[in-house]
Amino acid sequence: MFLSERRRGQLAALSIAAVVIIVGVPLWWRTTETYRAWLPVSQIKELAKLQLQLSADVEAVFARGTVTPEQQKKVPLTQTQEEERAIDEDTALRYRYETRYRTATIMEEDALNQPSAAEADLSLHTLSESPCGSLVVYVIPESSSLLPEDVNVYIGQRRTALLRIGPQMRVGKTLEQLLAHLEPRIRQVLQVMSFSHNDITAALSDRVRFSPDNKESIADNMRAFKSSPGYEITFSLLNPDPKSHRLHWDIEGAVQTYIQPLLTKLSPVANFSIDSQTLYYAMLGVNPRFDTSRSAYTLNADSLAHVINPVEARLGSNAASSNPVLNFLLYVPDAQHSPLYIQGRKKQEVPSNAFHSPRWGGIMVYNVNGFYGSEPEFPVDININMAKVMGVFLAQLRLLLGVQSSTPPPGFLVARCGSTGLADWELDRLMWSRSVENVATATTTITSLAQLLDQIGNIVINDNIAQQVSSAVTSLQLAVAELEAGNLGFALQYSKEAILASEKAFFDPSLLHLLYFPDDQKFAIYIPLFLPMCVPILLSLLKIVSEARQRRREKQAKKD
Amino acid sequence: MAAHRSCRPVWLFILCSFSLFIIAGSQETTVAPEQHASVLDNPQTAAETAEQTAGESGGVEERRWEGTEVRDAAAQKQAEPAVLQPTPQPKDDFQEELVVRPLHSGDIYASFQFRTLWETDFMRGNKVSHYRLFPKSLGQVISKFSVRELHISFTQGYWRTMQWGQPYLPSPPGAELWVWFQDSVTDVDATWKELTNVLSGIFCASLNFIDSTNTVQPSASFKPLGIGNVTDHRFLRYATLPREIVCTENLTPWKKLLPCGSKAGLAVLLKSEKLFHSSFHSQAVHIRPVCQDWQCKTTSWELRQTLNVVFDLHNSGQGKREWSLFKMFSRTLTEACPLASSSKIYIDITDNPEGEQFELSPATSLLSQAMVLGDRRTFSVYDLTQQDTFGSVRSLNLLIRWKSTEGDMLRPLLHAERYVAGYGLQTGEIHTLMYNHHPYRSFPVLQLDSVPWYLRLYIHTLTVTSKGKDNKPSYIHYQPSKDRVRPHLLEMLVQLPPNSVTEVTVQFERALLKWTEYTPDPNHGFYVGSSVISSLVPSTVAMDTNSTRERPLFSSFFPCKEESSYFVRVYTEPLLVNLPTPDFSMPYNVICLTCTVVAVGYGSLYNLLTRSFQIEEPSPGLAKRIANVIRKMRGVPPL
Repeated sequence: MFLSERRRGQLAALSIAAVVIIVGVPLWWRTTETYRAWLPVSQIKELAKLQLQLSADVEAVFARGTVTPEQQKKVPLTQTQEEERAIDEDTALRYRYETRYRTATIMEEDALNQPSAAEADLSLHTLSESPCGSLVVYVIPESSSLLPEDVNVYIGQRRTALLRIGPQMRVGKTLEQLLAHLEPRIRQVLQVMSFSHNDITAALSDRVRFSPDNKESIADNMRAFKSSPGYEITFSLLNPDPKSHRLHWDIEGAVQTYIQPLLTKLSPVANFSIDSQTLYYAMLGVNPRFDTSRSAYTLNADSLAHVINPVEARLGSNAASSNPVLNFLLYVPDAQHSPLYIQGRKKQEVPSNAFHSPRWGGIMVYNVNGFYGSEPEFPVDININMAKVMGVFLAQLRLLLGVQSSTPPPGFLVARCGSTGLADWELDRLMWSRSVENVATATTTITSLAQLLDQIGNIVINDNIAQQVSSAVTSLQLAVAELEAGNLGFALQYSKEAILASEKAFFDPSLLHLLYFPDDQKFAIYIPLFLPMCVPILLSLLKIVSEARQRRREKQAKKD
Repeated sequence: MAAHRSCRPVWLFILCSFSLFIIAGSQETTVAPEQHASVLDNPQTAAETAEQTAGESGGVEERRWEGTEVRDAAAQKQAEPAVLQPTPQPKDDFQEELVVRPLHSGDIYASFQFRTLWETDFMRGNKVSHYRLFPKSLGQVISKFSVRELHISFTQGYWRTMQWGQPYLPSPPGAELWVWFQDSVTDVDATWKELTNVLSGIFCASLNFIDSTNTVQPSASFKPLGIGNVTDHRFLRYATLPREIVCTENLTPWKKLLPCGSKAGLAVLLKSEKLFHSSFHSQAVHIRPVCQDWQCKTTSWELRQTLNVVFDLHNSGQGKREWSLFKMFSRTLTEACPLASSSKIYIDITDNPEGEQFELSPATSLLSQAMVLGDRRTFSVYDLTQQDTFGSVRSLNLLIRWKSTEGDMLRPLLHAERYVAGYGLQTGEIHTLMYNHHPYRSFPVLQLDSVPWYLRLYIHTLTVTSKGKDNKPSYIHYQPSKDRVRPHLLEMLVQLPPNSVTEVTVQFERALLKWTEYTPDPNHGFYVGSSVISSLVPSTVAMDTNSTRERPLFSSFFPCKEESSYFVRVYTEPLLVNLPTPDFSMPYNVICLTCTVVAVGYGSLYNLLTRSFQIEEPSPGLAKRIANVIRKMRGVPPL
């Protein structure tokens, strides 16, 4: 009787414990769970280890007189070289150069017989248009009169270059020797015209931390704007003294003439929108110093950083978009502080009277005291010479957009860019580095998002975020594949899509809901229920276990 | 049993204190994960800051300024034109104006108006836009959101019509925004949402709180004020935020929209420490397309920035009734904005034709008459573009010195007020009173009420009575609310009999909100926006119907279609209604209490199920125990 009563109690305790564990805990778990859609984590992890391969196609065309007939029989042939560079433990780069050698066609020969290099360049372009990202190098004989004496390489406005075959290349050497001689020189042309290791590593700066040993290159990298699907360009005319100057600028015409061709050319890289405004009573933040020796006011390079701040508050951001803004300010000093000149770091005058700030824009000081005449009668009507202004702004725009104008190696002659302000190969260069930069940025965003979601377990992941992440990952994979295949245009396109999707996922407001209570707070709420329920169960379980153990010991003792 | 009973409170106490302790501990620790999360949230900024510090340590300044070298000097080679070309005629025009009206209550009403006209087309296909006087930020808003008309006002204080008369530009307390979109807009609601967010950024106001629950589409009350005959109210959105507090942070962006900023012209007077030390302050921006000439061949965009302020004279005058620019604005005027084509100050001297009421100095010979609000008013005019206005001291400090305090005000013909009646927290009644002070003319008024969904209007209880008789509205547009989706909209056209009060009452029930829907200070109450009463009031003088003739700005805002009447809009007071408010610590209390009850019930059940019961010998009584102790001491065996 006594034993059975004890037994019943134990059974009751056990069954209650079983009900709590089998029904209660799963029920609680399911009802407090947050929705987390599936993310392609393994693919993201793969992307975190970025293996980029860049492929460049070069066509080397031998003009008449550069190869002997027996050499000529062996061409066309194709050579492929690969070069591998590890950037850091997570990022590796591989460059693949595919060089196809062939001899020039009759029409190309005709084109190469033009009197000057520029004309040859133009007629070669009309013969065939090489696709985005590829190059054609014409190897011309030593005696060719196309290039001036000391110039070995001529880089045209499009995707063609003329390469003078070296003097030591006498007829009679084997083709292998000839190719071995040409190969490094073609590589050099390629580095100028499509991509160099420096550009690519600079573009990867989002992923890779650089040791700050070379500040110059960091400054160069920081000058250009980060890659973005669109830019807003704002031209502002600052007139601090509308009482004495009535300024007129034909910004509409100037934009059409000078800026628009460049932007049309750059349209594969990003969308641009242009506007302009006039700001009155916009003062600079620094009082310029009067230089008696020149009877002019000067602004020091050191104080330039303080110049913009008061103006910037009035520039206004674009209310209608969130793209980065490039500001170009034209400052007309007031009558009392004019003329105004900018002094460089070494106390010399900056000839353009303009300066630019990395990733912000440029400002140009436009002195108008020359227009006053002998007896100025204020206000003076002044027409601003837009050609002069736009020349400066165009140069700044090229810098800020990252159109690199690195100095070519000796012996190179770079053709003057035409009306568009941008050669085709410059655009290619920009597209190479922008694609790589986009890929780097998008992978960083996606991996950090995945990491964040992994670390904070109770963020709700909605289906739309999962979808954005998947599409970003797909676009990234496509972009990487297209880079590998050498299709530059597609690569850029996919990398832009990847960046858009990854940013959209990362900044989705649904990730920021106030649903994240720390675990300790949650358990503080549960404690009044959990504690009184679990303590008796645990205690009686312990008791049952200890009793069972004792019984076994007793049984053993009995056996013994 | 007693032990058992005393055990329960102790158990409760231990539980509560234990959980409190845990909560206290957890609150301290929460900070760390949040910081962690915020760092994680934005790895980009983290990366950027890291980059910056890396750059700084490398000796590179945060912003590195470099002189620009111009490589391609092709563009530069063109010689600078020595001869000035003929300057093109600007297509934009800027005017500024200040009207000062001494009020009969002894206050001073100052109304600033700044108007920018620009002959352009924002809806053109090409995206390039070049701004001169028109602010770029607003221009971009117009072109991006295809806005046809935009009216926004921020008001602090309530305009007292019975003491001050009609304002030149009426506005309700708080923020008001109404926008007509172009008919090319397909998704008006989404555009409206985006527009309010952008505007809230531009004006530093909480316009982002405008959502579908406080937006209505009035069918008749808000007609476009500019040209264009699209009156499909699908493209109209109207919202008010009666709770919006207006202060310096709204004034600064508003001043930034002016071409001269606050550096020159009348805007130098706009010092926030003085402007907000006033009985009424209202600033507004109105954008609309207007006709350039009377034939309306060319249209242009008009941006009107207005600022109305009523200064309390007794507050700052130290007993003397005297007013001057310097006293009110702590600045005097020295120049007009050089960009303004006209810059004028008008002083209303209608009640003071012979100078018996007040004295104005410096005196001016320039007088102007204008039809304002159904009345012919006379103004002294100071033209700031004329150098001699400023006199020999080169500064203008207008001074009004009162001589007598007599004089009575013409009662405004239309006036309205509103209040909530009823008791308790369940039902109530909204009363709106509309006064027609015209001695013999009756006129119709359009009343618009937008009531939030949490006051559930019983529209069957709507009564309109004037002079004790039922007054049947000739037009009623009612849109019932949907909980948490849209507010009530009630529009009525009511005929007001001469010299009468018309009372509109409607009963409502207060809804219970979810506990997250309450404002942070729910016991303050909930605001219900002003009701809007628009009307064409019979005029005593012939109004000017030509909209393009040169007129002072303050008299040309509302277009006038006929000579015999003029348009008036009156806003009533906003209402403050208390809703049943729960105790907000309740959820946690409920959790704790329920858990405890469950735990106690469960505990006793568990005890009952698992305890084994056995019969015990009843313990001996107290006397017996004592006896036993004594017997033990004596060495006698116990009982």
